[in-house]
Amino acid sequence: MATGATATEGLLRELAPRALGAVARRSGDFAAAEDAVQEALLAAATRWPADGTPDNPLGWLIRVAARRLTDEYRSEDARRRREVLAASWSLSAPAGPVPGEDDAASDDTLILMFMCCHPSLTPGSAIPLTLRAVGGLTTREIAAAFLVPEPTMAQRVSRAKATLKASGEPFTLPPPAQRAGRLRSVLHVLYLLFNEGYASSSGPDLARSDLSGEAIRLARALHASLPRHPEVTGLLALMLLTDARRPARTGPGGELIPLAEQQRSRWDRALITEGTSLITGALRQGEPGEYQLQAAIAAVHDQAPSHAGTDWAQILSLYELLERMTGNPMVTLNRAVAEAMVAGPEAGLARLHGVRGRLGGHHRFHAVRGHLLEMAGDGAGAAAELRTAAAGTANLREQHYLTAKAASLGASGTGGAG
Amino acid sequence: MRFMLLQNYGPAGPGCPPMTDWSPADIRVHIEFQQVLNRELLGRGELVDAQGLAGPEQARLVVSDGTGAPVITDGPFPESKELLAGYRLVDVDTPARAIEIAAQVSAAPGPGGVPIRQPIEVRQVLSAPDPDL
Repeated sequence: MATGATATEGLLRELAPRALGAVARRSGDFAAAEDAVQEALLAAATRWPADGTPDNPLGWLIRVAARRLTDEYRSEDARRRREVLAASWSLSAPAGPVPGEDDAASDDTLILMFMCCHPSLTPGSAIPLTLRAVGGLTTREIAAAFLVPEPTMAQRVSRAKATLKASGEPFTLPPPAQRAGRLRSVLHVLYLLFNEGYASSSGPDLARSDLSGEAIRLARALHASLPRHPEVTGLLALMLLTDARRPARTGPGGELIPLAEQQRSRWDRALITEGTSLITGALRQGEPGEYQLQAAIAAVHDQAPSHAGTDWAQILSLYELLERMTGNPMVTLNRAVAEAMVAGPEAGLARLHGVRGRLGGHHRFHAVRGHLLEMAGDGAGAAAELRTAAAGTANLREQHYLTAKAASLGASGTGGAG
Repeated sequence: MRFMLLQNYGPAGPGCPPMTDWSPADIRVHIEFQQVLNRELLGRGELVDAQGLAGPEQARLVVSDGTGAPVITDGPFPESKELLAGYRLVDVDTPARAIEIAAQVSAAPGPGGVPIRQPIEVRQVLSAPDPDL
């Protein structure tokens, strides 16, 4: 019954935020509702494949979660809370969304994302909470993906909920004046989640690659709730256009293959088409933002026939815009690479010089400088920079790549001298 | 981000006698401190693992050239104070938090409840790179 279990899992993941939305909205207690729904999901995961899926699966989840919630309050013997609950909730409540609640239900995913990515939470807390409450993942699955023990992850989630409770955040959409800022937090959390999975998507970290799939799923849900928001569209497009390169991004041994050396025939054309169409539509709205610009850059790369045949002039102008918009020196590093491709390595190196003060201690500064020195034919200088970069990175595969690259430059430099 | 907080058998802070010379009550307090700290780290969702290692007497050094029989040296070793005694693996939001935990570990109570000022080595575990934005 493997297919039955898989089908159930898919259905549960889809229903999870809707069930939680209904229970949290009616009970007014997000933290307790979230626990109750998680228990209902676990019960469904074992019972549905065996007993068959109920006729109204959403209603089943809501009913079971409601019962758990009531039991929870009863066992706590919290009379006052029970009375409060009874006023807003009864077990004879309709099984499933109340007619006319459709709009509210479609907002639930959005409300949940605003809750879980609340600015009072660090990304380290917001990400697991979002995966549980909106993504419908179990604590065990999240713990496995983040390589921490399950009790540790459970504590992280419950602390996050306690922080939310203390912030007194009601289970509604934030007021319009706050919405833009709150949305930025949501986008940032999804972006970090995607990166977490993408940056470690092979070899011993295979389980973690699912995290970028989760990020895409959540970004799709957010896009379904806010189809006209250009930055939401931009983030989804960025994820798709980046994920399209995943098959070509690592070699057979899990080693990192840089963009310039990737086999482009292995890129996922369907994702590129979808991402390109999304970003084209978003940019047409005329409100560019950082995710849209990053997606546009990814789209230019994805459409290029080769590294040399890339429209570097366009990439350069997009990085210039992005740099102006964010003032982020990391963007300047990428701009320097594009500049080198357009106007030669000296131009790129001159650009780097401008951020040495702000970024001189960062390993990526040295990695980029090494790359540009190599372009300029200074093998020994490049090797030295890459070795410095390798010593400074906190990523194992990046460290391997930089070390190997420095070694190959060092070897060819020696060979040339001899 | 993950950090290994490592402690070795080297001397604790100045004036701290080896643990074998402590009173049983002081040892009990010290162990309890470690357990409480681990519970606190678990409660904050930061603890990944915490282990103490068997003593240097049981340590063995293994060297092999990949073909012949390995050369195995039994402990104890003259430089045993450089051997690892135990570690905590923590998953925290910031490097500053790892330092904070290390400081707590370092100030574990010794004889008479006086902090032993054990040096704690703080090492980041290689992981995913930071995103650009």
